[in-house]
Amino acid sequence: MSNAAKETVAEAGSREFLVFSLGDEEYAIDILKVQEIRGYENVTRIANAPEFIKGVANLRGIIVPIVDLRLKFRLEKVEYDEQTVVIVVNIEDRVVGIVVDRVSDVMTLEAEQIKPAPEFGVSLPLAYLDGLGNLDERMLVLVNIEKLLTSEEMALVEEVGE
Amino acid sequence: MDITEFYDTFFEEAGELLLEMETHLLELDLDAPDAEQLNAIFRAAHSIKGGAGTFGFEALQRTTHLLENLLDYTRRGELALRRDIVDIFLEAKDMLNDQLDAYRGGEEPDPEALERICQTLRQLALEELGEDADVGGGAVPEPAPREKQEKNAEPAPQPETASGRHCVALLDMVEKDRQLLVEELAQLGDVERQSGDDSRYEVILQSTVSAADIEAVMCFVAEPEQLQVSALPAAQAAPAATAEKAPPAKAGPPPAEAPAAKKKPAAAAKSGESTSIRVPVSKVDQIINLVGELIITQSMLNQQLESSGSDDGGKLANGLNLLARNARDLQEAVMSVRMVPMDYVFSRFPRLVRDLAGKLDKEVELVTEGKSTELDKGLTEKIIDPLTHLVRNSLDHGIESPERREAAGKSRSGCLTLSAQHQGGNILIEVADDGGGLNREKILARARENGLSAPDSMSDEEVWQLIFAPGFSTAEAVSDVSGRGVGMDVVKRNIQSMGGRVEILSQPGQGTTTRIVLPLTLAILDGMSIRVGTETFILPVTGVIESLQPQPDDLFPMAGGDLLLKVREDYLPLVATHSAMEVDGAETDPTRAIAVIVQGEGRRYALMVDELVGQQQVVVKNLETNYRKVPGVSAATILGDGSVALILDIAGLDRLGQSKKENPIFAAASPARSAQEIELT
Repeated sequence: MSNAAKETVAEAGSREFLVFSLGDEEYAIDILKVQEIRGYENVTRIANAPEFIKGVANLRGIIVPIVDLRLKFRLEKVEYDEQTVVIVVNIEDRVVGIVVDRVSDVMTLEAEQIKPAPEFGVSLPLAYLDGLGNLDERMLVLVNIEKLLTSEEMALVEEVGE
Repeated sequence: MDITEFYDTFFEEAGELLLEMETHLLELDLDAPDAEQLNAIFRAAHSIKGGAGTFGFEALQRTTHLLENLLDYTRRGELALRRDIVDIFLEAKDMLNDQLDAYRGGEEPDPEALERICQTLRQLALEELGEDADVGGGAVPEPAPREKQEKNAEPAPQPETASGRHCVALLDMVEKDRQLLVEELAQLGDVERQSGDDSRYEVILQSTVSAADIEAVMCFVAEPEQLQVSALPAAQAAPAATAEKAPPAKAGPPPAEAPAAKKKPAAAAKSGESTSIRVPVSKVDQIINLVGELIITQSMLNQQLESSGSDDGGKLANGLNLLARNARDLQEAVMSVRMVPMDYVFSRFPRLVRDLAGKLDKEVELVTEGKSTELDKGLTEKIIDPLTHLVRNSLDHGIESPERREAAGKSRSGCLTLSAQHQGGNILIEVADDGGGLNREKILARARENGLSAPDSMSDEEVWQLIFAPGFSTAEAVSDVSGRGVGMDVVKRNIQSMGGRVEILSQPGQGTTTRIVLPLTLAILDGMSIRVGTETFILPVTGVIESLQPQPDDLFPMAGGDLLLKVREDYLPLVATHSAMEVDGAETDPTRAIAVIVQGEGRRYALMVDELVGQQQVVVKNLETNYRKVPGVSAATILGDGSVALILDIAGLDRLGQSKKENPIFAAASPARSAQEIELT
């Protein structure tokens, strides 16, 4: 990415993304949703919850659920090592931690670099994507983290009227 | 600064004044009314009227004006009090409350209701005094607009003088009150000059606030007619001088009526105010959270120190001990901020009992004990509904009619006692009546009708618990007070949701006592840590009865894989925590595990755990803030090492264990399942 592009962050159409990797793929989420990044530790398991909900952790006195996106996206290799990090995101007044393999970069994408995404498969429906980001040779999957985490299948939020 | 900033203060104060008015009205001895009480009622109405005038709440002002006039007659002995007159006054007080609520919500009060109450009050004046000209009738609508005009007239010149000087004249005021007011004024700006005597004392104030704001600040201390605020533009004093002269003529006469009587209580109220502040509960909760964190951090430090083992002569340990003590003191002090006396709850009942007794044609004397017992503010609000229900029940079903009481050799008037006391970390609230008591046979018969299992061998205590079943009522007739049978189960559920329990004691012919046992606060819980496999859970101590090591002879396998544990005379189902909470590597042999006998929602069972770790107070953290409700778990807490431990929901765990057996492929994650779970809770 050129320096000129970085300087025009404030311009309409360009957005900043936090890039992370799950397995061999690169994903990105809107940086404005990110509260902080921390290591994966001390997660208390919750019984009778879906597999991808690892449990809850203490974030300075707040109880925060931890979701492993690798399990959610059915990646084959799921390891917890020193590289494993938790991205703490803020969505709809809730705080949720998502486990990813590695956080790599903060990128600015112009509107023309964002392409509509084709249908992938069942694990990540189109509704949860903002599109695909083109960056030289790299391809970023732009995840709409808010839609994904509040979706019914994530079972993180109780549906209205329940 | 904007006058609307004072609205909240006015609403709060007016609300308190109304409550005070009601208390006095209820306490009044009709045959020999206490002059001081009549004065207090009058003053309350008067103060509200003053405030309502200042803020332009016209309906409130009109109603209080009519009420005030009538009260004035009663306090001068020209209107003899009767029960029905007090009823009308109480009705007017309720109306004022409604109006206040409407204004608080930013709406105009219901005009029809306003007309109705005004008409009632005028009618009363007409019938009792025949002086409609003075009290009601044509004279009434006038004062309102007139006073309004006055108020409007003053702010008019403000735009030019808003940041200038004001002359505040205090009329007929004793020195003590005056000093308080001058102090108050000094906070608004610079007091340039003050001079005068008791009858007229002038303060020249250099301030950026408007005259109306100054009035608003002072009107709760001084009577409106004791106060004149006028603007003094630095150079041209001409318009101010006229404004200054105009009000005294009108405001002159009223203070002469009862100057001394009015001022003392005003001063007393003022001194009480200056030592307390109003703080939103959310701010207090935030402090409580932070203190909780402090304590966790402190115990983390302690554990660090123990594991590192390098302490220079124990200095660090000493410091940490001191920190621990200070942190705990701080926590106690902060928790006490949330505590309010039970009087806050009990003070609503005299009115309710009076109204209900009247409706039911019963004579009831209400006794309250332990009014100063303190309880968490959040709990006091939640306890009002269940208590109201119990009081209604006692009056409707418990206490008999005067004739029946006489026939049974009791006094005509029944006695209802509300009491509160502390017992350990709990508060014990009792609603006791000396009525007919519960009828064991009737309850058993009704229970069988409803399809509940009710063998004759049940103990009294168990029989009384039956009335908490949904839809249960033994009342012969459904009245509008109670008897529909919706209620006792709600009472029980409400109290359980607060972490408490309900017990009933009843003696035929002697009366019934309903006892509510509640924890003092919801923010902290006495917890027992248990270990299952490698995981730690917390059980609320209130639900734990005892623990024991099951012997092979005491275990009875049932069909479907259930196990019963014989504890003395009882057979209790054995629920394995590890299967309910899906823990691997836990002890599966009951004889090598520990059985904790717990009670939740009236059902007792044994919970199988690996080890009892210890008892400790834990800070309760809501799981639903960022996640959702988890079956079998009521909340979470943070342990000394900073990790999260789940607090088990005893009643929910029992159901969870049952439903898992019924449905082996059960997965809590399916929305349908969790919906059902939540409904059950």
